[in-house]
Amino acid sequence: MKYEKPSIGVYVCHCGMNISPKVDVENVVAFAETLDHVTVARDYKFMCSSPGQEFIIKDIREKGLNRIIVASCSPRMHEQTFRKACEQAGINPHYFQMANIREQISWVTKDSAEATAKARDQVAAAVARAVYHAPLTSREIKVKKSVVVIGGGIAGIQAALTAAEAGYEVHIVEREPSIGGHMAKFDKTFPTLDCAACIMTPKMVEVAQHKNITLHTYSEVDSVEGFVGNFKVCIRHNPRYVDASKCTGCGICTTKCPSKVLSEFDQRLTHRKTVYSPFPQAIPNTPVIDRDHCIYFTKGKCRACKKFCEAGAIDFNQQEEVIEIAAGSIIVATGFKAFDPTPLSQYGYGRYPEVYTSLEFERLNNATGPTAGKLLMKNGKPPEKVAIIHCVGSRDSRYHPYCSRVCCMYSMKFAHLVREKTGAEVWEFYIDIRSPGKLYEEFYNRIQEEGVHMIRGRVAEVTDIPETKKDEGRLTVVAENTLTRRVLRVPVDMVLLGVGLEPADGSDAVGRMLGVQRDADGWFNELHAKLAPVKTAMNGIFLAGCCQGPKDIPDTVAQASAAAGEAVSLLAKGTVRTLAEISYIDPDLCSGCKTCIEVCPYTAISFDESRRVAVVNEALCKGCGSCAAACPSSAAGIRHFTDRQIMEEMEAILL
Amino acid sequence: MSDFEPKIIAMVCNWCTYTAADLAGTSRLTYPSNIRIVRLMCTGMIDAKYILKAFLDGADGVFIGGCHPGDCHYINGNLKAVKRITGVGKLLEQFGFDPARLKLQWIGASEGPEFQRHMTEFVAAIQAMGPNPARDCMIL
Repeated sequence: MKYEKPSIGVYVCHCGMNISPKVDVENVVAFAETLDHVTVARDYKFMCSSPGQEFIIKDIREKGLNRIIVASCSPRMHEQTFRKACEQAGINPHYFQMANIREQISWVTKDSAEATAKARDQVAAAVARAVYHAPLTSREIKVKKSVVVIGGGIAGIQAALTAAEAGYEVHIVEREPSIGGHMAKFDKTFPTLDCAACIMTPKMVEVAQHKNITLHTYSEVDSVEGFVGNFKVCIRHNPRYVDASKCTGCGICTTKCPSKVLSEFDQRLTHRKTVYSPFPQAIPNTPVIDRDHCIYFTKGKCRACKKFCEAGAIDFNQQEEVIEIAAGSIIVATGFKAFDPTPLSQYGYGRYPEVYTSLEFERLNNATGPTAGKLLMKNGKPPEKVAIIHCVGSRDSRYHPYCSRVCCMYSMKFAHLVREKTGAEVWEFYIDIRSPGKLYEEFYNRIQEEGVHMIRGRVAEVTDIPETKKDEGRLTVVAENTLTRRVLRVPVDMVLLGVGLEPADGSDAVGRMLGVQRDADGWFNELHAKLAPVKTAMNGIFLAGCCQGPKDIPDTVAQASAAAGEAVSLLAKGTVRTLAEISYIDPDLCSGCKTCIEVCPYTAISFDESRRVAVVNEALCKGCGSCAAACPSSAAGIRHFTDRQIMEEMEAILL
Repeated sequence: MSDFEPKIIAMVCNWCTYTAADLAGTSRLTYPSNIRIVRLMCTGMIDAKYILKAFLDGADGVFIGGCHPGDCHYINGNLKAVKRITGVGKLLEQFGFDPARLKLQWIGASEGPEFQRHMTEFVAAIQAMGPNPARDCMIL
């Protein structure tokens, strides 16, 4: 490579009013002009705009610049933008360096002079490091034309169908025996009140019948390796003890099974058999034997299911099986878990039988639920008065500070359903009504017209101590109506808790496995809240549905389609570029001590016995730098983060 | 010592603490301007010599920020960093240099307020310690 004398252009951005006037941009430009190798320094209102980029391109072409520094926002925002501009102008994109003077200076510093001094240092650091930048290249590699979707709720189903329709091979991994997720448990959906099963089951069937979709139910993702375009996903199929290839789905095993346990699908309001399908429309309809409760597995006797199964599908010796799938991209759709209101003991959940969570009410009200859709109390009578409490576990600093977004609407849906089915009086206790959505506010007005009492106030307690004798045996809801400033004691027969949403169990493990960060509340972090809402910091991994934050069905379906769109757009291109910022080991300096081989988390370094040196496998290396920091002879380094570049950067700041 | 304005190098990983620093920015959480951030891909790439170099060049403090254990983008780079940085701390102590000038802290990507708090606290701690003694007594 021919040595080229560095000729640097420094561009300082005003970012409208975001950087200037806090940072004295003119001062920084004047300072930059005095730095070694700087040929030109300029400022502009918006460097990222088209004219801003044109400045850079023009200067590179006309002034022969070979290093570009832009002092503006975070490189997480616009590094790619400016790298592309450099490439367009004909210099290697890695000759570009960004100084973050917005997120890390102008927005976080009170004093203008201090902000300017800090900006000067960071610009000097960028210039000093850029002198030692090297032109880097990456290779184009082919992507696997397949998608793995983790989670088979409505988000996963929608994403899978969209990608499969585009012609890509899709694998859905669902840990439950059936796909369907939470939506399969619902009765009606707000605000249109269309039946959840009627809109859900056709989609589930479509998934099962789609030639491009493979279902992995009762399965979990064991490990994920590789990188964008070339992930290696290991899926563990837990044994169902029912051979799906033989099972006809006749259900005789379930009928004959003598053992019963509480049904998870029905929120433990009723029983299921030990060999069971979670619900009648389950996909696939192959039952599962619950090993922990099966009489044969626990006591060694019974085998009633095996005896009656004409197809001979029961196989007590089935083993778990791990299969490996090559995937170009991964869509995470692991959903949510309903908040458990037991810690809020003032609401009496678990203590009073007539206090229900929203999911329990969904089942109670469902035609396939424990009461076949009749709204009955545990004593078999319909309620005459029902209270609904909003924001249980949400908007509460002791539990979850965030709004769960769906509870207001589903609570009002409950109010409507209770009025419709039983004519009971309904009292809703809310903090604020959040009804932003198409026809949502109209639904709020509608239930008020239906005679639902809306009380603005947080419920203090639910008690079984009545105010008057005639209400004995009922529950009393105590709350302040904050609009009339009066304390109310409302006797009711049934209390419904509008519980919030929290991340699904196991999403921490999924996050770690995929390298996707989670926010303080445990939801997966999108790459950018506004501009990349379904991408993650891990290239090739996308988010759909509630795993990214609470959302209702319309938003979930929209986001799932978007995630599939992103995944497909990646795969349709056919290739991805490998990382350029990866490790290299200088064979002249390598002493062959193999320290790097031990520390490499990706087993990307091997030992060349003939030359007695360590060698990097560029396809496996992710550029973490473990080898560089551990190498005792400084033979290993990370491109674009070399010792020299980092040292120069610090020297420019400190000396 | 109250008007002493230290210069502090913060070597932070791209995925967690750098992102937290950006989040502190977008949330407009102000903190002292004494921090100079050096972005690295992972705390696991921080060579002992970077820390020594920073102190020899006169940094009054070195702050290292990475992902919480288990959250490392590169599986376990942060755990390698703990070992190395603990070792460097001991080395500094043997040279009679206060190891409290070197601090390692886990700050996750969503912890903007924590970033602000740690920056404010570390600057105050270094301010109380006074200037880096290496500035005057080391001959380079």
